[in-house]
Amino acid sequence: MSIFKDKQYLRVNVDSAPDDSLWMKCKSCGELVFKRRVRENNNICPSCGEYFFLTVKERIDMLVDEGTFDNISKSIEASDPLHFVDRKSYQDRIAQAQGITGLPDALVVGRAQIDGMPVILGVMDFRFIGGSMGSVMGEQICHGMETAVGDHCPFILVSSSGGARLQEGLFSLMQMAKTTTVRARLAEAGLPFISIMTYPTSGGVQASIASLGDIIIAERGAMIGFAGRRVIQFTIAQELPDNYQTDEFAFEHGAIDRVVQRAHMREELSSLLGFFVGAA
Amino acid sequence: MSDERTLDLLETKIGELRQLNSIDGIDLSGEIDKLEAKLEALRRELYSSLSDWERVKIARNPKRPYALDYIDAMFTGFYELHGDRLFGDDRALLAGLAQFNGRTVMLVAQQKGRTTEENQERFFGMTRPQGYRKAIRAMRMAERFGFPVITLIDTPGAYPGVESEAANIGGAIAESLLTMSQLRTPIISVIIGEGGSGGALAIGLADRVLMLENAVYSVITPEGAAAILWKEKGKSAEAAAALNLTAEHLSDLGLIDAIIAEPLGGAHKDFDQTTQALKQSLVSFLDELEALTMDELLDARFDRYRSIGSYQELGTSRVAILEENPPQVEPDISKISAEDGSKKPSADAPVE
Repeated sequence: MSIFKDKQYLRVNVDSAPDDSLWMKCKSCGELVFKRRVRENNNICPSCGEYFFLTVKERIDMLVDEGTFDNISKSIEASDPLHFVDRKSYQDRIAQAQGITGLPDALVVGRAQIDGMPVILGVMDFRFIGGSMGSVMGEQICHGMETAVGDHCPFILVSSSGGARLQEGLFSLMQMAKTTTVRARLAEAGLPFISIMTYPTSGGVQASIASLGDIIIAERGAMIGFAGRRVIQFTIAQELPDNYQTDEFAFEHGAIDRVVQRAHMREELSSLLGFFVGAA
Repeated sequence: MSDERTLDLLETKIGELRQLNSIDGIDLSGEIDKLEAKLEALRRELYSSLSDWERVKIARNPKRPYALDYIDAMFTGFYELHGDRLFGDDRALLAGLAQFNGRTVMLVAQQKGRTTEENQERFFGMTRPQGYRKAIRAMRMAERFGFPVITLIDTPGAYPGVESEAANIGGAIAESLLTMSQLRTPIISVIIGEGGSGGALAIGLADRVLMLENAVYSVITPEGAAAILWKEKGKSAEAAAALNLTAEHLSDLGLIDAIIAEPLGGAHKDFDQTTQALKQSLVSFLDELEALTMDELLDARFDRYRSIGSYQELGTSRVAILEENPPQVEPDISKISAEDGSKKPSADAPVE
């Protein structure tokens, strides 16, 4: 009689994937990681440190005092002025993105407090058609800045966008001019604008409002640049350095003030706002 | 349908016949008249039914007049200013003083090249950060002396390269937009050829925006839209039509103030006629703007851009969609991987 004979082993069906309500595989390092641990870690892989996207809600929860966020977004959505259809209609893309995110468009703006200091905070959601800026986002950003002027408090914008919303054609391009024009009102009112660039901040958003912060902070792992890598390779077939358009590249070349880890962003904002409290 | 090249060939043949007519004393004038009538009819047919994609090709036609051609024809004593005072001088964007209808104006203009050498110098009309920074410097100077600013737009887009990014091309465009939105002097922009996205808009935030009839103005090139949205290179014509990038469409959408008529076949067919029309329009718009006080001018510019955009009240059916789909709180790992399997979604995937 073998002493091993009756040993009970845990049965594992090797063909089935691990329960994906509990576990996930990091696309960066390939490790299986416990979802709850990822969440507790600000959506950063506990194994390799890769940053995953934050939803608007997660981003807001991470940055502001609990329970202080008051969504002041206008009740508007895209109107499809060009009746745009590519492989899919713009209407369908909007409905699909609204279904995925639960948001009317790619940006939410609201009143909030950071360590008791009132701010207006705008946050983009990359899952909503690449966080692209169309007429709705342009209007919400302007609404946020104007509310900041009315409340006499700082404006903070967290960007995560590939650029202009192509399906709105020139209307989208004009949002660069629109947000820029209204941005000047913050300056006239003597109110600070803090621009936070996350992965990715590019195209028309980077070439307008996001680059006009009094202070520009990149979240570690951000991609910052005007023309996407593919556009460059397609247009001029240039060899690109490995760190091209990374936070590090933007910092080295003087385009941003600081690079901050996600976990430290809130305390960074808090201490930064402290400098302006008297002024604002 | 005939294409532009066939018509050009016919035109050349008529020219040859006319020469023959004068040399040999043979009377071919009847034939010549008939051919000319035929040519005119064909050209009318061709240009009355242009697709938007064909319009893009006309806008890019190297025979088309470029900024310096307009500057020579419509302004006197152009005195070019060089350099951004920071780094360098961009030859794809020109700035300088000139006389126009009895006043000094500041010109800011994007210049393409025709030959290979010219295009090496002009970067195919793609503006670099030093170009936008030169524009900012020139516009601020115009403001100091009360000179109106006239910008001539003709670019495939801002130059996308490592040195451009290293010098913060996006920041330079943003600064130029901010400068123009606050500039205390009238600004008129004319899209004379290609209005290529942010690289064009960067010198196009103005009190009046004019477009030549065959110019185009778009958030992205049709080729770019085809690659990104249709994922098929061959869909440029569809993309051009969908983008509403012609002067006529943009005028209908209320995004530009005036269309400058071009002769049949494009501005290069009768340049005098084109410049006359443009000059007339510029003079009347300048008079209009100069009649305003500075505060009226700046308020009107603010209102113009503050109200630009197209959106609607959130529909009740949409609200239902949103209520059924509360924002996800799961870590969103799936979005880290792009469709093509690369590590992260390409930033230029659905957007420019």
